[in-house]
Amino acid sequence: MKNIAIHADSIAAGIGNHPVLHGVSLTIAAGRWTSIVGPNGAGKSTLLKVLAHLHPYEGSVSLLGQPIQALSPRERARQLAWLGQGESSSGSSGDDLSVFDVALLGRLPHRAWLSPPSPTDLAAVEQALRATQAWDWRERALGQLSGGERQRVLLARALAVQADVLLMDEPLTNLDPPHQVDWLLLVRELVAQGKTVVSVLHEISLALQADDMLVLKQGRVTHQGACADVATHRALEQVFDHRIEIAALRGQWVALPNTK
Amino acid sequence: MGLALALLSLAGLLLGTSLGSTGFESVLQAGHDAVAAQIVWDIRLPRTLGAWLAGALLGLAGAVAQGLFRNPLADPYLLGSASGASLGVAVMLVLVGGLGMAHPSAAALVMPTGSWGAWGLRLGVTGAAFAGAVVAVALTLALARGVQQTLRLLLAGVVVGVVLGALGSLLMQLRPDIMPALQSFLLGSTAYVSWPACALMLGAWLLCQGLAWGLAPVLDGLSLGEATASSLGLRLPPLRALLVAVLALATGTAVAQTGLIGFVGLAAPHLVRSWVKGRHSHLLFLSALMGGLLLLWADILARSLIAPQELPVGVLTAVVGGGYLLWLMHRSSGRSMGQG
Repeated sequence: MKNIAIHADSIAAGIGNHPVLHGVSLTIAAGRWTSIVGPNGAGKSTLLKVLAHLHPYEGSVSLLGQPIQALSPRERARQLAWLGQGESSSGSSGDDLSVFDVALLGRLPHRAWLSPPSPTDLAAVEQALRATQAWDWRERALGQLSGGERQRVLLARALAVQADVLLMDEPLTNLDPPHQVDWLLLVRELVAQGKTVVSVLHEISLALQADDMLVLKQGRVTHQGACADVATHRALEQVFDHRIEIAALRGQWVALPNTK
Repeated sequence: MGLALALLSLAGLLLGTSLGSTGFESVLQAGHDAVAAQIVWDIRLPRTLGAWLAGALLGLAGAVAQGLFRNPLADPYLLGSASGASLGVAVMLVLVGGLGMAHPSAAALVMPTGSWGAWGLRLGVTGAAFAGAVVAVALTLALARGVQQTLRLLLAGVVVGVVLGALGSLLMQLRPDIMPALQSFLLGSTAYVSWPACALMLGAWLLCQGLAWGLAPVLDGLSLGEATASSLGLRLPPLRALLVAVLALATGTAVAQTGLIGFVGLAAPHLVRSWVKGRHSHLLFLSALMGGLLLLWADILARSLIAPQELPVGVLTAVVGGGYLLWLMHRSSGRSMGQG
């Protein structure tokens, strides 16, 4: 079971009384990058939260071969890092924390209660902040940053956990194209180190850069396969009502608007 | 900043101790004049120190509330917990009055020091205030269905505050014998703070500050959002309950000794945050110091503005604090309009 990072079986979940996911089953391969795509309201964010054990659900989820509910919250937090969508929007109470302190929060699952950060913690924080090019403004308050800068700090917070599995919901929000490319390279590096990355992305061309793709529509998985597969491209076009077309461009797959 | 707050507090303590109809002379004569010593030692010093301690408790409670509810306008007063605490005290006064307490004017607030009965009563009043505060916060949260929506939370807090306040008034109507004690209580005053009250507040402050310090990483995590905090391995339900308990204990203890004193809990963390940014472990401590400083100086002002008469300090903080809240709202609405 070592090559499976996450396995979910017959997941049903809702928001309030409104059902969102209907019997979702999936397998996420370890050491690969999987992107989750689908139209608005397909249940992508809810699914990601369920996989991170942050949203109530029916069915079963296992993480690295163990039932996820058998892990203590701290154990789970050490193995799985989660970056939410707009998890700390501007104007929230997190604004007063320094960039360094925000990234240091990622070490909370590793630290004994009230103990000062260890050299390992500090090294992990520095590495994470350097990886997202946020190290230079580590002293600044989160509230003083732009949307894109803020997103990079929150990403560093998730990286600082140094978990084997990293779930990210719309991690490219507010990032300009150069930093989107930086994020892409970072994810490839993480995967090369053997980490598993799962990301919800609405930018299809960027989502196609992943190894695998999970296509979701109205709370059901309509397709799961490699991003290079033609079957995946057809499933994508279908789920978006053929309003997009997947084409090859200089060795990469891109989504083009279909105006015909 | 902590040092500056401590120094200003010390200056306030000195000034507060020398303030009164007999002035600073009493302090100078306290060494050889028994009356002067009594004035300074038994009246001025405990009430001045008590003002600082009550302010520290309220400042701490405000900082905890703002972090816990991720809402910069959360305050023990606005969440209804202060009204709940005062209703708890009113109920306690009725019970004590029923037991044949012949001293209706602040029966529980001015008790002879040193007797076990007095201590028991004081603890009872504090316990009642604590219970009232917990019930009020629980009611507010239930009405607001969580803490996500600022407006809902504040409205729920106002509704709970009004209803519990009305219940308190009803009790007062039914039992006129508790009226003088309760009325001075509702206005908020440090005039009845004695040494045991100081001791109780000091103990509660140390306990709450220690607990809050231990829970500071939880508040830091929560400031990035509930889901993020959970994803960091924090067990939120019990931790949140513990934070509500700290909030209620701090508020309840302060309210039980000094009555309703509003806006210190709102203003203290705000003032701290406008000067320093940082983790909650710092913020909570500095907010307590700031709260102590604010209430101490407000008390000095209340005692000297229309001397030889005294303004109830609760009235003063309500007027000044209300203005501060208006200014905050004006500033934040101006800012969000600028963003939109």
